[in-house]
Parts: sequence; structure tokens; C-alpha cells
Amino acid sequence: MSSLAAAPVAHAHHDERPFVRKYIFSTDHKIIGIQFLFLSLFFLFLGGILAMQIRWQQGFPGQPMPGGGILPETMAPGGLLLPEYYIQLVTMHGTFMVFFAIMPLLVGVYANFLIPLKIGAHDMAFPRVNMASFWAAFLAGLVMFASLFVPEGAARAGWTMYAPLSARPDLSGAGLGQQLWCVSIVLLGLSSILGSLNYITTVINNRAPGMTWFRLPLSVWALFVTAILGLLALPVLSGAAIMLLFDQTIGTHFFDAPAGGQVLLWQHLFWFFGHPEVYILILPAMGMVSDLIANGSRKPIFGYHSMVFAIIAIGFLSWLVWGHHMFMSGMNPTLGSLFMVTTLVIAVPSAIKTFNWLGTMWRGDLHFHVPMLNAVAFVAMFVIGGLSGVFMAATPVDMPIHDTYFIVAHIHYVLFGGSLFALFGAITFWFPKMFGRVMSERWGKIHFWPTFVFFNLVFFPMHTLGMGGHMRRIYDPTVYEFLKPYQPMNRFISLAAFALFATQFIFLANFVWSLFRGKKAEQNPWRDNGLEWSLPSPAPHGNWERVPTVYRGPYEFSHPQAVEDCLPQYVKLPGDPEPAGAKGAAG
Amino acid sequence: MTHATATANAMRPPFPTERGVEAYNTKLGMWVFLASEVMFFTGLIGSYIVLRFGAPGEWARPGIVLNIPVTAFNTFLLICSSVSMVKAYAAIADGNQKMLKVWFLLTILGGAMFVGVQIYEYLHLVHSGFVPSGVREGSELAERVANGTLPAATMGLYGSTFYTMTGFHGFHVTCGVVSMTYLFFRKVLPGKYTQQDYRGVEVVGLYWHFVDLVWIILFTIVYLI
Amino acid sequence: MHWWLPLKGSTFAGEIDGLFTAILIITGIAFFVVEVGVIWFSVKYRHRPERKAFYVHGSTTAEVVWTAIPAVTVIGLGVISNHYWKQIKGRESVPPDAYPIAIHAKQFEWQMTYPGPDAEPGTADDFTVRNQLHVPLGRNVVVALTAEDVIHSFWVPVFRVKQDAVPGMTIRAWFQPTVPGEYELGCAELCGMGHYKMRARVFVHPPDEFDAWVKQQLEGGAEQ
Repeated sequence: MSSLAAAPVAHAHHDERPFVRKYIFSTDHKIIGIQFLFLSLFFLFLGGILAMQIRWQQGFPGQPMPGGGILPETMAPGGLLLPEYYIQLVTMHGTFMVFFAIMPLLVGVYANFLIPLKIGAHDMAFPRVNMASFWAAFLAGLVMFASLFVPEGAARAGWTMYAPLSARPDLSGAGLGQQLWCVSIVLLGLSSILGSLNYITTVINNRAPGMTWFRLPLSVWALFVTAILGLLALPVLSGAAIMLLFDQTIGTHFFDAPAGGQVLLWQHLFWFFGHPEVYILILPAMGMVSDLIANGSRKPIFGYHSMVFAIIAIGFLSWLVWGHHMFMSGMNPTLGSLFMVTTLVIAVPSAIKTFNWLGTMWRGDLHFHVPMLNAVAFVAMFVIGGLSGVFMAATPVDMPIHDTYFIVAHIHYVLFGGSLFALFGAITFWFPKMFGRVMSERWGKIHFWPTFVFFNLVFFPMHTLGMGGHMRRIYDPTVYEFLKPYQPMNRFISLAAFALFATQFIFLANFVWSLFRGKKAEQNPWRDNGLEWSLPSPAPHGNWERVPTVYRGPYEFSHPQAVEDCLPQYVKLPGDPEPAGAKGAAG
Repeated sequence: MTHATATANAMRPPFPTERGVEAYNTKLGMWVFLASEVMFFTGLIGSYIVLRFGAPGEWARPGIVLNIPVTAFNTFLLICSSVSMVKAYAAIADGNQKMLKVWFLLTILGGAMFVGVQIYEYLHLVHSGFVPSGVREGSELAERVANGTLPAATMGLYGSTFYTMTGFHGFHVTCGVVSMTYLFFRKVLPGKYTQQDYRGVEVVGLYWHFVDLVWIILFTIVYLI
Repeated sequence: MHWWLPLKGSTFAGEIDGLFTAILIITGIAFFVVEVGVIWFSVKYRHRPERKAFYVHGSTTAEVVWTAIPAVTVIGLGVISNHYWKQIKGRESVPPDAYPIAIHAKQFEWQMTYPGPDAEPGTADDFTVRNQLHVPLGRNVVVALTAEDVIHSFWVPVFRVKQDAVPGMTIRAWFQPTVPGEYELGCAELCGMGHYKMRARVFVHPPDEFDAWVKQQLEGGAEQ
């Protein structure tokens, strides 16, 4: 009776490649996704360690950091952080989290792992290019990591690397560290471009029979649009990083004002890349959350088509808003007006998505498994991050809050409250298909609740700091009389941040424990509709013996004709027409 | 089958196309990659335009620093190699292995000569004192700056943008030459391309025409204007 | 500790704070609607053995409503914001009678050059003071910002004025102080390892006190 019994046949060949080809220099999209997972979890952890040092200095300025003795004398004599070390911390925290943690976690891991599995392909269109993409990212990570250990320290001009501070070693105090930053970013750009062209080609050309554009899961739609953004945005950053590198090394004058160069050129290039980048960091999360919420609500996603158009609209608008990072930069204020309008308009597709998630939960049958909990937290937290963005979009209000902790609160509500909660959900949800085991539900919940509470305790008060005028990237806020009264709040935030960081060890432990000792996963543990669940857990090399045929959209939960409350895309009901190209046609 | 569809089928290469659009994966992938390349060069060329028109003073007039006739010849060479690439494609579409080898080799030679001339040009320019940071002190060009033939204020930007843009274009040509040489020995010489399947020629051809197109833009805005 | 915005120390501080509050109310309503929805649905529709989800794909009416309401709201907000933006930051917004002060930012100090008694910049009676911004109460002041080395940002919280100082550019920003007293000016753009201590004091003097200060500076032999 079970409709799941009619699943397409998985690839049955025994995989006989040697270990190195199978797990190290693998061309299998699933292995590459897992490689990205370990790489980016390492950098997520590293970024967290840097954040803890930032919070120590903010909460307890002038006091030696416990354990700070292991830092070199030139950075933290006796554990007392120096200003030049502090600005390296903020720079590298941002760099690692944006470029080496969230971006590879969302795109490197899930575009690789999910796209072929969800559209019914044997692998990516270009498996070897895909492998090159991972190793380029690995090399980029290695270079960036190495820059922490050069004698004069890592890059220290903020993750946005504003010239001319970044271009002039005599002004920043760091030469080699700045250069390694540029080299690493160029390599990372290469990795992203190689990855993106693979994802785009695969989605356009290699969908299973019957997988029409409007039967694609929203996660695939989001990853597809993200890939387009990455493909077109990263080369601009690479070009800018190359110019910056040339300014640092061979004496060119791109950003050198006394020789006629233009300082604001860097900001325009950086944010022309940077704003699409912001959506690279949130769109895949939105897509995956849509999958998780539909699954947890046992209900079709509300307004599938408007969700797709909202994704496309966000992707398109992301190219027209970069100037909103530059309202205070001396850019022509009339341009500021235009950028304000385009920025405000982006609130519309974001609102559509939010209300559609609510609509999906409405009259559902909500199962609060760990992925669903995290997905709902995503909605609740992303809303705060999205709404606080309206303050900055309104140019006059941006004037007092620009470059203050209000911005820090905003970006963390979007990237931690948004992307990272979505990722906790996604990691738990697809863990069975990756590793063949299920993560502990119990420990997942024990991790979720304190994370949710401490996250808000850390980042919500930062809005107040920002309203009070507290600048970002300030080594010691007590230098300012008007910031001294905020020191108790800074200390409170720091303590909450330490607790938040400590809580993440629960996740780490759950992850590692489940990897080896977790419950063996059945084929479709979440009773989901996607094609990937027609495969055994973990999914075998080559995926399917013969790609499945798709008969319907991805969110047919609680379909009246279905026996169970899910109706997978690959199950044929008596009335379903056979799509073109299925059965016997090109396979 | 009507005559029209028969002609259409004869004109379309008989490759197995994937399910999505009417293009096989490598061809679609190359188009997507070229979109990314367009953005890369747009970034460089856009910066050049912004810097040049926002520069504090006159830009050096064309033909004083750069040798236009030599580069015009080089441009002609690159266009010729694009033509020979078309001829190579047409040859294998007709199933003519011999002419494929000839035209493909000529294309590689054209590209290699372009890079050679560009290296010669760079050496010559550096010798005369034109370097990425501007004008080297005590050089021939430094005298011209001193006597007012060249504007002092913008020579730094001139050097920066010139070497970055033409250098990255030269890097792209070199990549093209290397990959075509690889294909020549691995695929063209052993006769692996046939009238039924010559995808590699088509894909590398797309890249080659793109590089040619970029050069025509660069030659116009860097050398002639 | 303040839980709210700092003292309103300039003519447009009230407008900016008012806009801030208006946005807070609008976003507060949206926040309330969404969060209440999330919590309410989470409780009301949580799984129960007899529960069956309602099989529905969407509603065009609902989609139109929640597209139109945010669209109208943000466009209205944009129009209002732009009105104030042009008044505060527009290139033509600087009042012609404003008292001009040239501020040169460098790692890690602010150099304020005052026009002297004639209120004309670039004349012989100009004088420069480090890390002290003295402004007359109730009079428009325009600062012309330049930077020596890297980008700095002129930020006086009580005036609600922030403007980057960019090498190679001269950028003007104006304000009119409304409350006498001593305040602080900070650098808001990361400018190197001394960024955190790039601080200056701000004094808002009543007009006669300001004139006296200018006179005293000239007599005291401040660098000319």
C-alpha cells in the first residue's frame, strides 16, 4: 500500500574507486558537498573563536584575556589585546564568516549536495570542474588561514577592505597579511565562478523527465538564482581585489588619491559585488527553509509561484541597491535617493516570502522536529533583521545609525538569526542522506533553545548601543565619555556571547556523535516529497541507476488522493500523464 | 519529412543534446562562463572609464606612449586567428580532417604571435620608462613629462589601467593558446573530432571569439581614444 | 545608561528622530503581526493525532494584499525620507550664511580650521585647533571635510551628523546646534589601529561666548 514502495531504482554498482579518488579528489557532487561542509564548519568555528576575543575586549577592556597568553607578544602581551590585534580580529571574523563559513555552507555544501539529487541528475554537469571548485576554495581558505600567522599579522582594514587603508601598508601596518587577503579572495572568486557555472548548467540542462521549472523545489530555485548572482558578482570582486593587490605590490594608483586614483571606486566595486553577495548569503537559506516549513507543516507551500517570483525579484533588485552602503561616503546625495528607493522596494518580495511561510503554517499539521524548529526560528529572526534594514534604507535615519552597532545587530540578525538557523535546520534535515544516520532529535532541541535565547540576548541589545551612537570596530569604547554608561550592556552582551558560543559545542558533539553512533537512517525519515528521498541513505555514488520520472510539484503534502500525508514527486498516481522524455527516452 | 525540416536537421550538429535547452552541457557551460568573464572585464573597463574621466587633468594623447601601428598589426593578427578558427569549425563540420588541422594550427600560431608581440611591446614600453606605477624616473618618457609633452598628473593612472587591462587580456589569450595546443595534440591530430562530434572545437571557438571581441574593445578605448 | 536616542542637539535631530520613531512604529506593527502569527500558528496547529493539514496551494487575494500593503508603505516611506534627506544632505541644502569650519582628518586626529573674526575661510586670520570643535549656538555651521591619508568619518551623535572624510575629496556637511554644552566627536570609519582614540571634544557656545573664544584664540597665538 505504501506509495513509497514504488521508488525508482538506486545506483547499485559497488563503488570500487580507491580511497583517494573516492573521498579526497572526488568528483562526486555529494562527496564534494561533504568536503565543503567540513571545511566551512572549521571556519565557522574559527570565526566564532575570533568573535569571542572581540567580545572579551568589548566587555572587559584593559583586562588580560583568560588564555590570551598563548597569543604572540606582538599581538597580546600578557593576554592584553592590542588595538592592532583587535582590528585584525574584526577583519578576519567578518572575512571568515562571510566568505569561508556562511557562503560555502549554503552554496558549496547545499548547491552541490542538493541540486543533482533534487532535480534527478546523476551528477553535476562538469564533475571535474566541480572538484576544481572545491580545491580552489580549499586553497583560498589555506591562504587566508595562513595570513593569521605572518609576523605582522593578518589583514586589518575591516572585511570590506576599504581603500586606501587596505592599499597602504604604511598606514595600516600590515603588508603581507593584506596581500594574502587579496590572493585568497581571488582564489575564492575562481572557486565560486567554477561552482556557479556548474550549478547553472546542471539546473538548466540536466533535470529529470517531468521536472519542469515550476516543479523545482524552492531550494533549487533559490540556489539557481544564487548561482547566477555568484557568477556575475564574484568576478567584479576578483577584479577589484586584483587592483588592490597591484596597488599594494607593483605601485599602481587605482585607489591612490594623491596620484589621481579614486578612493570611492573601491567601495563601488566592492558593494556592486557586496550586495548580491548579501543575497547569496540569504537566498539559499530562504529556499531551504521553504522546503523545511512545508515538510514540518505537512502542507503545500503557500503561493509557490509568488515565492519563485519573489526569489527572482530579490535576485534582480540586488544589483540595483549597492549604493545604500555608501550613503555617508560622499557619494552624490541624489544617487542616494535612487538607491534608497530600490532598497525599500526589496522589502516587498521579502514580505511576500515571510507571509507565504506564515500561510504555509496556517491550518497545517505542525511537526516540530529540529529542522522545523530552526526553520520557524529563521522566519521569526529574519523578520527582525529585515525590518531593522528599513531604518538604514531610509537615508536620513541612516545618518545616525550608519557604522554603529545597529548595523552589527542587523547583519547578525540576518546572517546568524537567518542563515545560520536555516543551516542548523538544513544540516539536520539532510544529514541522513549525507551520512546514512540521523542526528539526535533530543540533543538537537537541547541545542536549539539556548541558542535561540542567547542569540537574542547577544544581538538585540546591540540595537540600543547603535541608537546611542556606539561606533563599530572601536577597540576600547570607554575612551568616549558618552559610551561609558553603556559598558554594563557591553559586558552583558559579552557574557551572553560566551554562553552562545559554549552552546554550539552541543551542536558539535551531536554532529560528531551522530556521524558515528547516530541511529541508522531509513530511506525517507522525514516523509518528504523530494527526489533525493527515493534513494537509500546515504545516497549511493552515481545516485540513480536510471533517473526518476517526475509527476508533480515538490510540496504535495496531505494530498487528498495520497494514502499518507506526503506524495513524493516520483510517485505516479493513476491519472498522472507520462511526461515527455520519460521511459526509454534519453536517460 | 519536409524539405525545410530536413535542411534544419542537416544544419544542426547531430550531437546528443541534454534535456534542457538546445545546447549540450559544455557549450552552455562556456556561455555561462563567458557571462562571468564579461563581468570581470566590465569591472576593469568600468574602472578605467571612471578613473580616466575623473582624472585630475588631461590624459596622454593617443600615439605618444603606445605604438599604434604595431598594435594595429597585432589586432589584425588576432582577428585573422578568429577567422581561421571559423574556418577550422567549418572544415570539421564538413568532415574535412586535413583542413581542420591546418586552420586549427594557424589559429594557435596567430594567438601565440599575438602574445609574442605583446611581450615585445611591454619590454619596449618598460625600456622607454612606462611602468605600471607611471613613468620611471630618469627615463626617456620622464623627459617628455618634464618638457610637457606628457601630462604628469595622469601618467600613474595611465600605467595602472593600461597594464592591468591589457595584461589580463594577454593572460586570457595565453590560456586560450595553451588549451588549444592541448586540444591540438590530444584531439585534433589523432583525428578524434569527427563530422558527428566536434564539440571541443565549437566550445574553444566560442572562447576564442570572446577574447578577440574583448581585444577590439580594449584596442579602441586604450590605444585609439 | 540611555535606552533611547541621545540628546537632540541640532535643528534636524528632531526630524530624524521622528522619522526613526515612525519607522519603528511601522516595522513594529509588521514585527508584531509576524511574530504573533508564528507563535499563534505554532501553538494552534501543532500536531495532534486527529489533525489533518488543510490541502491548499495559496490564495491570490492574500498574495495581492500582502504585496500591495508593503509596497504602498515603503514607497510612502521613501517619499517622506527623501524630503528630509534633500533638506539635510542635498548638495544645495547648505545654508549660504553658514559659519564655515574646515576639518582635516588624519591618523589619528582632527584639525579644525576656523575662519576667524571675518568668517571668511582662506584669509590671514584663520586659525587651526586640534581635536576641538567649537561652534556657535543657534547658527548654521558648515564643515568642509578633507582627509590626509585614509577614510575617516565625522560623527557627532548629538547633532545626528555623520559624514565620511575621503582622501581626494572635499565634502561639506551642515548643522545648526541648538543646545549649549560639551559633547563628543568620534571617528566612525575604521581608519587604522588608533581608530578608537580618534576623538575630539565639541563645544556649543552661546554667540557672545563663541566670539570671545575666537578672540581669545587669536590673542593666545594659536597657530595661524
